Amino acid sequence: MDGTAVNTNIFTKPDRDAVITIRNLYKSFGDNKVLNGLDLDLYRGENMVVLGKSGSGKSVLIKIIIGLMRPDNGSVHVLNHDICQLNSSQLDKMRVKVGFLFQSNALYDSMTVRENLEFPLRRHWIKTTKEEVNRLVMEALKNVGLPHTVDMMPSELSGGMRKRIALARTLILKPEIILYDEPTTGLDPITGKEISHLMLDIQKKYNTSSIIISHDINCVKIVANRIVMLIDGKCEATGTYHELSISKDNRVKQFFE
Amino acid sequence: MVKEIFIEIGLITRFAGRFFRELIKPQLEFSEFVRQCFFIGNKSLSLVGITAFIMGLVITIQSRPTLVEFGAEAWLPKMVSVSLVREIAPVITALICAGKIGSGIGAELGSMKVTEQIDAMYVSGTNPYKFLVVTRVMATTLMIPILAIMADGVSLYGGYLGANIHGIVSWDLYWNQVFDTLVFGDVLPSIIKTFFFGYVIGIIGSYKGFNSNRGTEGVGQSANSAVVISSLLVFIIDLLAVQITDVLNLN
Repeated sequence: MDGTAVNTNIFTKPDRDAVITIRNLYKSFGDNKVLNGLDLDLYRGENMVVLGKSGSGKSVLIKIIIGLMRPDNGSVHVLNHDICQLNSSQLDKMRVKVGFLFQSNALYDSMTVRENLEFPLRRHWIKTTKEEVNRLVMEALKNVGLPHTVDMMPSELSGGMRKRIALARTLILKPEIILYDEPTTGLDPITGKEISHLMLDIQKKYNTSSIIISHDINCVKIVANRIVMLIDGKCEATGTYHELSISKDNRVKQFFE
Repeated sequence: MVKEIFIEIGLITRFAGRFFRELIKPQLEFSEFVRQCFFIGNKSLSLVGITAFIMGLVITIQSRPTLVEFGAEAWLPKMVSVSLVREIAPVITALICAGKIGSGIGAELGSMKVTEQIDAMYVSGTNPYKFLVVTRVMATTLMIPILAIMADGVSLYGGYLGANIHGIVSWDLYWNQVFDTLVFGDVLPSIIKTFFFGYVIGIIGSYKGFNSNRGTEGVGQSANSAVVISSLLVFIIDLLAVQITDVLNLN
């Protein structure tokens, strides 16, 4: 398979239901209006990439979706729950269905890989016996091709391996939605491509819906079913990789040059 | 500046109050609590022990000439035991723990904050305050009194050796004098105040770490200010404790 082949997953949004619906979303930091009336839909089984300049509010957007930040105004429905109306325990239950891959991986550096993966399972008492927990941990590690790292510390792993372990930790709760915050940033092009293909495999295997924040155009080309351009706090352009790459709009074109 | 100080005091008070609300919520993170007790208690044991021994030895050696001048050398064990048990051992233990444990908690949680590990706990559906703060504050509140009691014993032993450098005091005589002198009103208040020392050391370290920002520089500042503020609070609590024991006629 060509490493930079465009994601050709057949995806027709009218046949599918929206798993995330955002309407009229506003978020400011002081005088800096980051999100300015943003509307967005993520459909079931879709990989949607959000492109935009640094500081355009992409990470803020996914942090609002997962409930790490509160919007100033607007509505965010995730799997039919209005996240602004949920209390902390309801939010915790909703987060079981929504995985989040941090840009910095955010592995717990005082825990081994096994403990990192067991952590979300034990929090939610999903599998109580040791054998079942171990089986899920090994399954998640096999999915990312790193079963031999199970007893290693995060500090012993390379950047690409840490990213894979973080992805395994995200996958272990079998989320319906995954939010990726710049998944290939800081990785060499080959490892970046491997991670992109892994994201694609996850989409196919688990039928997950994903929002991917990325500047890496090679990653975007591989994983995106649909790309949304975030400009001045709004979604200004939407389309497939091919559609946007031939756009006449200068603000869009400069990302694909 | 004054306004900022009051805002900081308000935020610390709210953070400290949240501890009790989270404490009574179900599902205690018992294994993490035990792990923190091990780190805080066991790992500080040698440092506290050595310091307490030296303090006992030094206080005894330095007090002796003054007592000799007044012909009251026989009172040496009595005077040293009251000073050590009531004041020096608990406060020195708390200050060492503020430096070692307070800065450690501040730096650890600060580092977790800037590397998004605390956010990762939120998205895993875990309450990081309950998992990280409650367990650490409980551990400091429980372990620092135990360390202080151990410091009392070790410093008194240091005092025994100090008393024997320039004179001869038998083991039995020394300890009989120590236990004849120390009363309930000496020991109990000094132990009670160490629970408060432990609580503030845990809370301030956790608060500074939990609210760390500005990258690695912020982590350093969190560790540093955790030590400064918790050391200051140890002295303030000590001052309040002596006022209370004075009012209760326990001094």
